[in-house]
Amino acid sequence: MDLIFNLFVFVLASFVGFELISKVPPTLHTPLMSGANAISGITLIGAVLITGSLPLLLPESTADWVVGILGFLAIVFATVNVVGGFMVTDRMLEMFKKKK
Amino acid sequence: MGAETTSFLDSAIMLLYLVATSFFILGIKRLGSAATARSGNQLAAIGMLLGVAVTLFDQQILRYEWIVAGMVLGGLIGAVLARSVAMTSMPELVALFNGLGGAASALVAWGEWERVGAAGLGPDALVTIGLSLLIGSITLTGSLMAFGKLNGFITGKPITFPAQNVLTVVLMVGMLVASGLFAWNPSIEMLFWIILGGSLLLGVLTVLPIGGADMPVVISLLNSYSGLAASMAGFVLNNPLLIVSGALVGAAGLILTNIMCVAMNRSLLNVLFGGFGGGDSSPAMEGAGPATDMIIKETSADDIAIQCGYASKVVIVPGYGLAVAQAQHVVKEVATLLEQKGVEVLYGIHPVAGRMPGHMNVLLAEADVPYDQLYDMEQINSEFSTTDVVLIIGANDVVNPAAKSNPGSPIYGMPVLNVQEAGRTIVFKRSLKPGFAGIENELFGAEQNQMFFGDAKKSLQDLVRALKENE
Repeated sequence: MDLIFNLFVFVLASFVGFELISKVPPTLHTPLMSGANAISGITLIGAVLITGSLPLLLPESTADWVVGILGFLAIVFATVNVVGGFMVTDRMLEMFKKKK
Repeated sequence: MGAETTSFLDSAIMLLYLVATSFFILGIKRLGSAATARSGNQLAAIGMLLGVAVTLFDQQILRYEWIVAGMVLGGLIGAVLARSVAMTSMPELVALFNGLGGAASALVAWGEWERVGAAGLGPDALVTIGLSLLIGSITLTGSLMAFGKLNGFITGKPITFPAQNVLTVVLMVGMLVASGLFAWNPSIEMLFWIILGGSLLLGVLTVLPIGGADMPVVISLLNSYSGLAASMAGFVLNNPLLIVSGALVGAAGLILTNIMCVAMNRSLLNVLFGGFGGGDSSPAMEGAGPATDMIIKETSADDIAIQCGYASKVVIVPGYGLAVAQAQHVVKEVATLLEQKGVEVLYGIHPVAGRMPGHMNVLLAEADVPYDQLYDMEQINSEFSTTDVVLIIGANDVVNPAAKSNPGSPIYGMPVLNVQEAGRTIVFKRSLKPGFAGIENELFGAEQNQMFFGDAKKSLQDLVRALKENE
């Protein structure tokens, strides 16, 4: 049932997304995209869960090494996405000023 | 630790995930207006921080060294990239970030598969692992291709070879079948590697035949994929925060993809599978008008200064040529001088004016143009009839009246800026060369139009000087 329940959540969230985002004016489409991009870095949470599940700092089995390296890479990539995405969006939005 | 403590902690984490999700939704809502957008982005960032922070309390996590090391490294790289990127290179950066997000989601699915092992995973989990791997890998290589094309590492021209589309479709179907089989019979470990390799190849194949000018569509689509990949990773881990956030991003990317396609008068399938003008473009030129018969009227900086100086409303239509010439700041100077003379100045921005959705607006904002002067296509089209002078700088196809009047033109049906409704149009252009689409522009020979030939930046600097002399 997990799969079906998750599908419910996914479909409903997609509808919310369509509603919210179709209201964003074209002027803000680049920051919207880079901001949304940062949010997609949420996969960082998955990377953290997997990497942290290893019992030892230096794994003993090859299988654990593989998981550790995959998870570590995922953390690095996702963090670049999250930190870089939010920061560059902030940098852009800081420039949008109203007429004095 | 007792079972009760565990379930309490799990519930607390889930509830805080709900808070983080709400932050994302409210953050995106605030991105809907320029006045609140910055706080919206910050709200979303706080939601992310919260989501990641509470995850660290998950019972599954035993060790933190690798996590901390990865976050510090990734955070540093991200911060440096975000601070140093030029605003003109924003599409490259977004493409790169998309790719990394997709890669991370694929790695999460791969890691979970290695961690639990095929035997411990039900068909539900395996389907989602397969899809997460598939979408994440396509996002990675597709984004890297887009990055290369935008950056000039790879030629911006479409790269095609015989039966390419057939191969792409066959591979796509093959990968979906492989994902199904993978869930059905996970003991065939080979399937996992087939999906991984096939998807990586698929990402390359899909972006390879797409020309540089279509990259706004591609980046938007890949943005959507990176969200879907995160959502799939959420399915793998049964994590609602990932599912919801990924779905929001997936929706954002799809909407932007659609907007770009409409603005370019193309269908998504046509962008993905057909080179520009492919199919029905043969009669294009015969209907394009007798270009050689056009009477071109040239003008000078001094004359433009006088015309604009006496105008009550001037609209500036920037195209990407303006950004290529690095002339945003000079445009702003022209606008400021005109405003000092009491002229109302607006900017009319076509959706494909930049290299990604909304790009031109960011470039102008960087040059200190206030956002309430930035008008999108629909808003500006109702302003032209009361406009005295339109300055068209580095733009061509987006102001071509043939899109409305000439059914034989390849851009017929494309939404354009109705500049010919204004009293006077002045086109800043290097030469009479047709634009990207290779189409003659009837506007150049129109009664009310004048041409100002030369490099965009130099022409604008001349105009600034002329405006100052006229004071």
